[in-house]
Amino acid sequence: MVIAEAKPVAEILDMIKDFKKVVVAGCKGCVTVCNAGGEKEVAILAAELRIARKAAGSDLEVKEYTCERQCDPEYIEPLDDLVADADAVVSIACSVGPQYCAARYPFKPVFPGLNTTSIGGAVEHGVWKEFCQACGSCIIGDFGGLCPIARCAKQLLNGPCGGSSQGICEVGKGAIPCIWQLIYDRLKNLEQLHKLQEIPQYKNWSTSRDGGLRTTIREELKQ
Amino acid sequence: MTAGSNLEKILKSGQKAVTCECGPPRGADAEHFRHKASFLKGVGDAVNVTDNQTAVVRFCSLAACRILLDMGLEPVMQMVTRDMNRIGLQSNVLGASALGIKNLLCLTGDHQSFGDHPQAKNVHDLDSVMLLHAVKTMRDEGKMISGTEVQGRPAMFLGAAANPFADPQEFRVVRMGKKIAAGAQFIQTQCIYNMERFTKFMDMANDMGLTEKAFILAGITPLKSVGMANYMKKFVPGLDVPDSYIARLRGVPKDKVAAEGIKIAVEQIHQCLEMKGVAGIHLMAIEWEEKAREILEAAGLLPRPKV
Repeated sequence: MVIAEAKPVAEILDMIKDFKKVVVAGCKGCVTVCNAGGEKEVAILAAELRIARKAAGSDLEVKEYTCERQCDPEYIEPLDDLVADADAVVSIACSVGPQYCAARYPFKPVFPGLNTTSIGGAVEHGVWKEFCQACGSCIIGDFGGLCPIARCAKQLLNGPCGGSSQGICEVGKGAIPCIWQLIYDRLKNLEQLHKLQEIPQYKNWSTSRDGGLRTTIREELKQ
Repeated sequence: MTAGSNLEKILKSGQKAVTCECGPPRGADAEHFRHKASFLKGVGDAVNVTDNQTAVVRFCSLAACRILLDMGLEPVMQMVTRDMNRIGLQSNVLGASALGIKNLLCLTGDHQSFGDHPQAKNVHDLDSVMLLHAVKTMRDEGKMISGTEVQGRPAMFLGAAANPFADPQEFRVVRMGKKIAAGAQFIQTQCIYNMERFTKFMDMANDMGLTEKAFILAGITPLKSVGMANYMKKFVPGLDVPDSYIARLRGVPKDKVAAEGIKIAVEQIHQCLEMKGVAGIHLMAIEWEEKAREILEAAGLLPRPKV
């Protein structure tokens, strides 16, 4: 799923400092699962903004709404009336959400309340890690099912580099496992270490964002 | 001969080679670079020029290599894949060859988080293994990665780095083999302090036949001070400086520490050269270029042979 985390409230307050009435729009998709932009977080952020502005002597009216999803135009629609009556929108979906809002409401300012951090998953309660960079042509089958593009700081296809020490990557102050150690261990388990002696093909980055904006089309689903 | 560089000729003649290192300055001060490099004249068979080492911005390797050529020194141009994509890398290899550079060391490079611009974006379109393969293909088959024919093949003697001290230990030699298979003709190792581990590394390299396929130059960095030794031990991943060396540096009066460091380096050079498969020494006297001559003289490696 898409992982995101809240921006500091001070940053959001600065974005909306010129407005008196805003909509805080959450999303019931990924950001609800990673506790960053669901119904609960909408209520918390709305309260924080109201309190801060009241303390600053400039009251802020905040309307709350949590969309089913913010990555489908039809689910943005329920915001129409609230937005019509507001000065601006703070979306706490992943960064897709504010962009859908911006597209739907051409004359309203829209601000992101979250930083979208990665495509990943939970590894323990309260901890999410990156697993994918959406390069558009998955190669993890060659690497024991683990991704060196997303999970190696240097995106090595021929790792591990000299900075791998006792299973830990030199980047990240000891907090990041060396994915190449994990790839090595896994291929050893699978008796496929010979795979690491082959020199991989040059990566074709044209399917990644380097090739320009990506559009996924499923002809059979198009109307 | 693939490039006919001095380094290639010496290695292929069966004599032990010596390479030194000279890092360009953090500014456009060419005089400063010439001054440092002047200490290396007649000292090594070729001089490595680092490419923004430790991800710190310095004047570029290509320009510094050209300065060395003008001074009558043979450069080994280092090139990292961190800062340029395949378009920039191939272009710089062609340009370097056009300027008369004949030795190229292909590296991935230190991560930018260790340098002076930690907020930089890294590229890593290729890694060191792919860069080796790309340059070898341009040189031997006259083709770029895209398949486009090059007009004028870059005659480069190709090198790579190897770190015998990183993990997984048993894979380090295999990875060096991969670099050799991709095109590396010579290898310069990370600074060696743990002789026992390096001996194991060389044993494996000999067993795998890699020392028949490429020339391995053992990396030596003299310890200038106790502080430097401690820093290397604690903060450079995979570099374990044995306590016995640190004890020796501590055991001499302050004004004799540098001399003791040089003595250790000379011993290490002898130990490495005695190992089967070690084809030479890569002396990285970091910001201590003026001592390179003294160290190599004491090691009996001067004067350098003419080929």
